[in-house]
Formats: sequence, C-alpha cells, structure tokens
Amino acid sequence: MITRRNLLKSAAALLALVPLRVVAAVWNKVAFAATKPEAALQGLGISQPQPSSEIDLVAPDFAENGAIVQIEVESHIPNTEAIAILADKNPTSLIANFMFSNGGIPKLITRVKLAETCELKVIVKVGDRYYEASKNIQVAVGGCG
Amino acid sequence: MADLMKIRATLKKDFTEVKVLMLHPMETGRRRNDFDEIVSAHFIQQVSATLNGSTVLEAQWGTGVAKNPYLTFYLSNAKVGDKIAVKWMDNKGESNSIETTVISV
Repeated sequence: MITRRNLLKSAAALLALVPLRVVAAVWNKVAFAATKPEAALQGLGISQPQPSSEIDLVAPDFAENGAIVQIEVESHIPNTEAIAILADKNPTSLIANFMFSNGGIPKLITRVKLAETCELKVIVKVGDRYYEASKNIQVAVGGCG
Repeated sequence: MADLMKIRATLKKDFTEVKVLMLHPMETGRRRNDFDEIVSAHFIQQVSATLNGSTVLEAQWGTGVAKNPYLTFYLSNAKVGDKIAVKWMDNKGESNSIETTVISV
C-alpha cells in the first residue's frame, strides 16, 4: 500500500543509495564563485591551514603575461588527499582543486590566469587537517579579462 | 573531436608522468569582444583521470585556469601498457575524453 509514510521512507532509502562519488562530483559553485580567498576556503570546508615547508610551489617571481602562468605544486606530506590553488587578487579566488586517489601522486603542473600581482596560495588537505604554502608573483599584464 | 585533446603517459624511473593538453577557450564571462559585448562564460569545470578504469585524479576548475588547459600529473602504480583515460566537462555540459596507454621512456 502506498502511504505518505512509506513513500517518504523509500525516498530516503533511495537517497541513501546514491553513491558518494556522485555527490563529490558536483562542481563546488559556492567556492568557485567566491571573490575573497576566505570565502572560497570556507566553501571548500577548509579551516585553519598551517604553513608547511613540505609543500613545493614552483612559480615565476615575475610573470610577463598574467593570462598564462605555469606553476608546479608538490606535497611531500604523507596521505595528501587534495591540493587547492588560489590567487588572492583574482576576481574569483579559487582557481582549481585537485583530488588524488588510487596511486595519484600529489604533484601537478598546470597553467593559471592571474589578474594582477598577487599571493598565489596552495592548500593541501590531509584528512581533516590543512597545510598551506604561498608565493608572491609580480604580474606585468593581467590575464583575467 | 580527438584533436581537441592530447595526452602522453610515460613511465619514468619510479613513477608515470601524464601530460594532457585540452583545447578549450576557458572564457571567464568577464571578457569583452571587439564589439564590446561580454563573451559568456565557457570553461571546464571538472576533469577526471582513470588508470585501468579506477579514478586516480579528480579536479574541479574555475575560470582561473588558463586557456587551452595544460596539466601534468603523476602516478605511482602504473605499468607499461596500462590504460589511462582523461575526461573533462564544462559549464555548458560539453565534454570530451581521450585515452592512451603507458609507454616507457
């Protein structure tokens, strides 16, 4: 018999069956729309990142063209799960968030846009702890048009 | 569509290096064209990579990733001949993917 109670029960059961992967795969609109780094971090659920010397952040001191700035990030912290990249002066602070699993090494090279001279920040997630490293990059011509 | 992506996976000494190039405008939604009209946002939001079918990397991107995104990532457990696939999806629901096998140096 279909009653309201049974219907609600089965709906709840269905929701519970939705695999976690699907939930995790939803693009984090709140974090990416944030215009301040603090809000972006909040959107990612990141709190109180501690500075760490075990994060390598390779980026130029001076970027001629902010539209293409190549950066390299590597975390030497065991059990690194994710690396987020932010630029404090970009119109939206959060650039990317990378999540590693099944043998993915927490190291990557990519190219980002920087609107102006800024502090490039990377945040590493290890369980429920967070670590950060940052680097100041002088930008000659902004690349966030 | 295959020419919109390039991939190369090379087994180095004790890790595998995967280089990926994606052709995509990565429009922020703030740029104005020659007619002073705002070009609507069009950017890759999600990228995922698998090794023999299991996920090794999942990324979410905003508009701060440069045009024609370039990404190198690294795997600790891949062997020559293993299959690596990379897929992206953008804010307009468009997607593309490419697959390759690991080669040695």
